[in-house]
Amino acid sequence: MKIGILALQGAVREHRKLLQRLGVETVDVLNPQDLDGINGLILPGGESTTVGKLLVRYDLLGPIAELGRKGLPIFGTCTGLILLSKYINNSDQPRLGLMDTYVERNAFGRQLASFEADMCIPVLGETPFHTLFIRAPYIDKADSGVMVLLRYQDKILFAEQDNFLAAAFHPELTDDTRVHAYFIRKITSH
Amino acid sequence: MSKINKETGTFAVKKGLAEMLKGGVIMDVVNPAQAKIAEEAGAVAVMALERVPSDIRSQGGVARMSDPEMIIEIQNAVSIPVMAKARIGHIIEARVLEALEIDFIDESEVLTPADDVYHILKSDFKVPFVCGARNLGEALRRIGEGAAMIRTKGEAGTGDVVEAVRHIRQVNEDIQRVVSASQMELMTIAKDFGAPYELVLQVKELGRLPVVNFAAGGVATPADAALMMELGCDGVFVGSGIFKSDNPAKRAKAIVEAVAHYQDAKLIAEVSKGLGEAMRGQSVAQMEDKDKIAGRGW
Repeated sequence: MKIGILALQGAVREHRKLLQRLGVETVDVLNPQDLDGINGLILPGGESTTVGKLLVRYDLLGPIAELGRKGLPIFGTCTGLILLSKYINNSDQPRLGLMDTYVERNAFGRQLASFEADMCIPVLGETPFHTLFIRAPYIDKADSGVMVLLRYQDKILFAEQDNFLAAAFHPELTDDTRVHAYFIRKITSH
Repeated sequence: MSKINKETGTFAVKKGLAEMLKGGVIMDVVNPAQAKIAEEAGAVAVMALERVPSDIRSQGGVARMSDPEMIIEIQNAVSIPVMAKARIGHIIEARVLEALEIDFIDESEVLTPADDVYHILKSDFKVPFVCGARNLGEALRRIGEGAAMIRTKGEAGTGDVVEAVRHIRQVNEDIQRVVSASQMELMTIAKDFGAPYELVLQVKELGRLPVVNFAAGGVATPADAALMMELGCDGVFVGSGIFKSDNPAKRAKAIVEAVAHYQDAKLIAEVSKGLGEAMRGQSVAQMEDKDKIAGRGW
């Protein structure tokens, strides 16, 4: 199995490290040809306006969206969650638009509101997952095809729809591989 | 759901924001219009300040924290993180910036130091700090005080990249010394570097700095920015280099692309075409020591 990591900007090496610990081969995606032969794709955290612009400039937005529509499993964290969404409140920034979700950017506020907390995420088992939210977005609402995996104070923080998985937090900043393992199971069962 | 215990302002949360900026360009801006140009070009953050370093250099006088009103205008103009500078050791300027909910504070030698002995105890704050360093010892002292991000000092406002190169090469060389040393040698190395022993142990284990390390101080062209990435920096600050050039919007965009694709020389050649004149700058080799600012702080 080979998983691509969008490497235009952001927390790329953290995802790489966790996937390697799970014994998965990774490839950095910088150009369209890097998408050849991957079984899944991770969109890491970073600055969504920056990554969106670079996706357009390097002709990656269309090809990734097309692969997604054809069934390629894609997992987005933070910025990745924003890029996966069809609807971004008060923004016309570029996006893949693959999930029927309505996203609020910087939804908790500026950096001072960034936080960490243990959260119970039933699909990951009983042990709470340590979540970090960094100037994080959340999903305000979602259409019926979206399965909610974590909700906190009415906000959706972790969700999946068909071959797509999106987290508002950063499992790559922890040593806990459960979210990545969940994504890999999604690839193998797809 | 049971009660959730949310913790803000932790070191992990501070360091986390720096991790998200990796592979990006942070640009100095002096007004909302420049901030918008920077955001449009693909900057991952902007540094709000009243005068870019080259103007501070040429105009002289005491350089202080920026007017809060200007900082707020810039915060309202863009959705990307906004950073601002406090003088070395100026606890109150830092508290004011925290009260303004700035996303990152740069305790910066570019401003005139307020304290010539002590740096701010950055672990006292909930907002993250970035600090300049010329070598591993200096970087680890700042991290010991609570900095969540490091940058090379370089020589700000010159447009000459040589000092930034010198500083990242020194940090890399120091890290190599730690990595190749036996456990028995590490306390002596910590003493030589003037670095906290526990942080030296972390460097030994990680093989790199325990926080994100950006380039700063003299980057003026897309090739300069890519050079700093090639030498191992995680991203780049560009100060005077953008808005003191002929075509800031185009140059800003080119530098963003050169950082994202720093190993792609064809692409750097492409984006470097027709940018107009870079900032004129001044050669560090011809400067007198008293005119250099990298020596501020310790």
